[in-house]
Amino acid sequence: MARETPAGDLRLANLTKKFGAFTAVDDLSLTIPQGSFFALLGASGCGKTTTLRMIAGLEEPTSGQVLLADRDIARLRPYKRPVNTVFQSYALFPHLDIFENVAFGLRRRGIRSVDQQVRQMLSLVQLDGYERRRPAQLSGGQQQRVALARALINHPQVLLLDEPLGALDLKLRRQMQIELKRIQTEVGITFVHVTHDQEEAMTMADTVAVMNAGRIEQLGAPAEIYEFPATAFVANFLGQSNLIAGEVAGGNGGEILVTAHGGRFSVPAARARSNQGPVHLGVRPEKLHLAGTAAQVPAGCQYLDGTVSDASYVGVSTQYLLRTGWGTEVSVFAANSGAQQRFVPGDRAVAYWDPRHSFLLGRRTGEDDRTSPVLDEPVGASS
Amino acid sequence: MSALAHVSTASGQPASPPPAAGPGRHRFLPYLLLLPGAAWLFLFFAVPLVQLAAASLYDPNGSLSTGYALTWAFGNYPTALQAYWPQFGRSFLYAGIALVLGLLMGYPLAYAIAQKAGRWKNLLLVCVVAPMFTSFLVRTLAWKTILSDNGWLVGLLRDVHLLGPDGRLLATPVAVVLGLTYNFLPFLVLPLYASLERLDYRLLEASSDLYASPLKTFRRVTLPLSMPGLIAGTLLFFIPATGDYINAELLGTPNQYMIGNVIDSAFLVRLDYPQGAALSFLLMSAILAVVFVYLRRAGTEEVL
Repeated sequence: MARETPAGDLRLANLTKKFGAFTAVDDLSLTIPQGSFFALLGASGCGKTTTLRMIAGLEEPTSGQVLLADRDIARLRPYKRPVNTVFQSYALFPHLDIFENVAFGLRRRGIRSVDQQVRQMLSLVQLDGYERRRPAQLSGGQQQRVALARALINHPQVLLLDEPLGALDLKLRRQMQIELKRIQTEVGITFVHVTHDQEEAMTMADTVAVMNAGRIEQLGAPAEIYEFPATAFVANFLGQSNLIAGEVAGGNGGEILVTAHGGRFSVPAARARSNQGPVHLGVRPEKLHLAGTAAQVPAGCQYLDGTVSDASYVGVSTQYLLRTGWGTEVSVFAANSGAQQRFVPGDRAVAYWDPRHSFLLGRRTGEDDRTSPVLDEPVGASS
Repeated sequence: MSALAHVSTASGQPASPPPAAGPGRHRFLPYLLLLPGAAWLFLFFAVPLVQLAAASLYDPNGSLSTGYALTWAFGNYPTALQAYWPQFGRSFLYAGIALVLGLLMGYPLAYAIAQKAGRWKNLLLVCVVAPMFTSFLVRTLAWKTILSDNGWLVGLLRDVHLLGPDGRLLATPVAVVLGLTYNFLPFLVLPLYASLERLDYRLLEASSDLYASPLKTFRRVTLPLSMPGLIAGTLLFFIPATGDYINAELLGTPNQYMIGNVIDSAFLVRLDYPQGAALSFLLMSAILAVVFVYLRRAGTEEVL
């Protein structure tokens, strides 16, 4: 079924794009292995869509290279690149029916007998029988699948997805996430997926690159990035973290000692991004547990004490805010498994964690605790 | 029926509530709103049309002084066509050539204004419309100056030997076609502009992403999506251009006369009402036939 073209890794080398004085993409270099599902994750305006458009050829880089199987395609016109895009707006041709929309790419390359391929592709995206409808007669989710089929039918070496699920409602989005992942596994094409939705990126991608201000903050497998973020931005953009400002006070072998707000904590050396000077001690809210008194804290765990200032019951868990002695509120997510003691605002409590679940990040001098998440942008916004 | 009866009896009883302000009360409103326009159309279009149809069947031997009799003289039609078929053919030929020239100039112009002009868009649109502030007649007379034998254009063309030493533009078919093209161009450009202005550039990007070169993108995306404007524009250009007589009269000679000139003279010079009326109806049906065929083909996307 697939054309036997030698595909290869997609490599961006020192890619830069400037719009006047504004640098949208800043000296970006990364390698996307062939056949992988790669997500570019970032807030609006971080340069992720510009990066995608440079790969597609819709934007010309100011400098740098886009290498596909070691061939620089950065200056090729879009219609000469073995790359196809699923656009955020879908951009289906309103004057053509679904069949002709899907057949568009094949026909432009002079392929005559498209019938079988189009039907095969429509059944892959579960739209059999919709051949003669017009795009306007389809729902958002169906249009999205037509856009996907229209791009996939060309067997591109790389498929680019620009916030493809942004316009769908939550339930449909979940469904399409699973669907996209299934299709990617089935066709084995490299997918580069741009999104601002961290959950979407983590659900689907093998590798996630978190972008901020035109640069990549961290790149890795979703679990790796989540469990051991490299920067404070990543720690709070991907999920939520309690970051407590401290200073490295020394180390012994496998442990690094940190003083923060009068307390002394230790972090395994393997969990430290920085081992000197000002640091952030980070713990994810779900890795924190609440106990009534310090005596109840299991051996080997470390703790903070404070007063419960808020308790929100959200069904699967209860989200507590614990006000520490120095005024910072840390988040604690307690699973509603029924085994734990419940707290109400005003209760004295201690939050404890296993040091192996904490991490240490470099901190600029003067930067304080960071415990609130980066505000997510509204669904459908683009960068 | 029963509902109507019920309503009328109910309204007759003093104890019943007043009729609700439902759809029934506004049933005649649309017709009321139509009335002024419909009356105008009836008095000044339908009635004269019937009168003209009757005139085309008057006894051809009558005259204004002796009076006309309605003799159902269908023979007026073949007679008129036989006498003036060259002018008929010329009308469609000139209007057709002018339309092609108009499209060659008007489509790129409308495209540029709609998609590429940026903040100059409104200014350029004003430039397209501005000539309309002077009268049609004055503009055509101005062309007479431009194309005159001792004007700069003819001088230039003679110098580069595109025209012979005593070659001329005025009083030739070229002048008439140029005049038609110029005078009706805005009617082509404006509807085209409206269509192209709505064209979503993201569709052009999508097309380019799907292996379509700029030329193929134009042919497969831009052109089909601008069809409504193209159809409206060509009709607004072609129909009045075919019936026009000012350009042939001012820029041409009797050798370039179009059917409009013949009708004009039949009514106002020769005072041959039956013939003028018959020619008018022939022109109308010929245009309707052309438009009908055109719309049938354009509607099924196989016009090109």
